[in-house]
Amino acid sequence: MAQKSTLLTPRARVSFLGSAKSGTHHAWLMRLTSFALLPLTIAFILIVLSLPGRDFQSARILLGSPCPAILLLLFVSVGIYHMTLGMQVIIEDYIHGAHAKHLALMANTCFGLVLGAASVYAVLRLSFT
Amino acid sequence: MAEADPSSIPLEQRRPLSPHMQIYKWSPTMAASIAHRATGAALYAGTLLLAAYLLAAAGDAHSFNFASAIFGSFLGQLVLFGYTFALLLHLMGGLRHAIWDAGKGFDPESRDRLAIGSFAAAGVLTVLLWIVSFIIR
Repeated sequence: MAQKSTLLTPRARVSFLGSAKSGTHHAWLMRLTSFALLPLTIAFILIVLSLPGRDFQSARILLGSPCPAILLLLFVSVGIYHMTLGMQVIIEDYIHGAHAKHLALMANTCFGLVLGAASVYAVLRLSFT
Repeated sequence: MAEADPSSIPLEQRRPLSPHMQIYKWSPTMAASIAHRATGAALYAGTLLLAAYLLAAAGDAHSFNFASAIFGSFLGQLVLFGYTFALLLHLMGGLRHAIWDAGKGFDPESRDRLAIGSFAAAGVLTVLLWIVSFIIR
């Protein structure tokens, strides 16, 4: 690192300032997940449309069947990843204080992980119990 | 790094700011862009409801009936109707961005048509889906 010529001061580097060499990665992930979510959202709507009026047993049978369960797993995992990336941009746009911003970004990541784990656990439990 | 409080700097020495959105004349693309972000944030909260429903269904008959009663209540149905519209409007926004990403639809007529069309399509599809859901239940 010491040999590498850079205009960035060491102080700026440890503060995560300057180029992260990944400028387009976030935008690419947003586009990739949004394309994947188009068919997955249609599948999700069809699954939800067949829910009203079902009792506990028949709702379990629907949600735990292989095809709806796999589509639900994909919808919640890709969807929650997409929304976590999206909320990251909203936080970066509107929260400017360094501490508040980093706390909000961490809370956003944790929210996505907890929601993702809970949803995946629920669908797997519907499928295997 | 600590950011200087702008209000502590004399007005004539402050850096120029971009105009606040309140002084812009509203345009369809501006409304669609704001709606895309707003619906994204609304769906962020709505996903909490989806996770809660899935957990309730993965529980026992008692938790499932409890969740069904809440989502089946008038207020629950109203929230789900709003969720449907937010989901479809955000989906239309995604399609609009995909068209723009392909380099198409940038001329004034097309971009306004895309913006207004996304509101119209989301509204019509939401109402249609709810009519279908009431017919088949």
